[in-house]
Amino acid sequence: MRKVFLLIAVLGLVACGESEQVTVYEQGKYKGKKDGLPWDNDPAVTELRGSKWTKGSRESWEESIKTRQLAQHEHKRIYQ
Amino acid sequence: MARMKFLCDAERCIECNGCVTACKNENEVPWGVNRRRVVTINDGVVGAEKSISVACMHCSDAPCMAVCPVDCFYKTDDGVVLHDKDLCIGCGYCFYACPFGAPQFPQAGAFGLRGKMDKCTFCAGGPEADRSDAEFQKYGRNRLAEGKLPACAEMCSTKALLGGDGDVIADIYRERVLRRGKGSEVWGWGTAYGPATRPGAQPPAQQKQPGRS
Repeated sequence: MRKVFLLIAVLGLVACGESEQVTVYEQGKYKGKKDGLPWDNDPAVTELRGSKWTKGSRESWEESIKTRQLAQHEHKRIYQ
Repeated sequence: MARMKFLCDAERCIECNGCVTACKNENEVPWGVNRRRVVTINDGVVGAEKSISVACMHCSDAPCMAVCPVDCFYKTDDGVVLHDKDLCIGCGYCFYACPFGAPQFPQAGAFGLRGKMDKCTFCAGGPEADRSDAEFQKYGRNRLAEGKLPACAEMCSTKALLGGDGDVIADIYRERVLRRGKGSEVWGWGTAYGPATRPGAQPPAQQKQPGRS
């Protein structure tokens, strides 16, 4: 009888436990298809009127994107 | 290393909905789905009403990625949060987790049945061959793979909506704030990219600006 009460008490205490409510993303959980990298594409300057970069070079692509971003900077466009 | 972010300048947004239209047109987004929308903040407060353009902010620690039960989200090397529609089950958990209301669900059948989640891709397509028809049909245009920025930011007539590498757009915004001497609050950045390192920082009041008489 005493063992039963002890078991009930232990189970009761377990029920009082609270699990973590905040979920945090763990890297590497993604289960879908692999995506390509933008700088691995041909620049396609003519037909798509995009920027120019060296295929496969991330630095070159980032530089072309940065140049494009600065078009949003009207203070630089106007005052220079 | 570029970290793609959006920044909406509430001092400049004139609620023209050009960004919404540009997004709809560029990605051929279906009826009933709005990847981007313009909302009013401080609604009804005289003198404090502002408009801002809101879409997926591609958060640093995206809550949608954490709650997805089928793990269909991933983050690209340049910080864009994307998802695989072939895995998505349309459960809607990401919608409840997102502080910006970005995930959208097209009606897929009778009785309000939800389709697969759709959201802003930063015009970076999705996990299909870049610039392919399959990618366009599922996710919209992949402008980053064309060396362009998101259509909404590039179409913004007042340049209120800035899109691109966080460092570059923050520099553009900083210079604006210094010139006009007000409006340094960047709506949503604390939520999306973490709290400011210098909270409450204000632009210097009497700083002489170069290039201005």
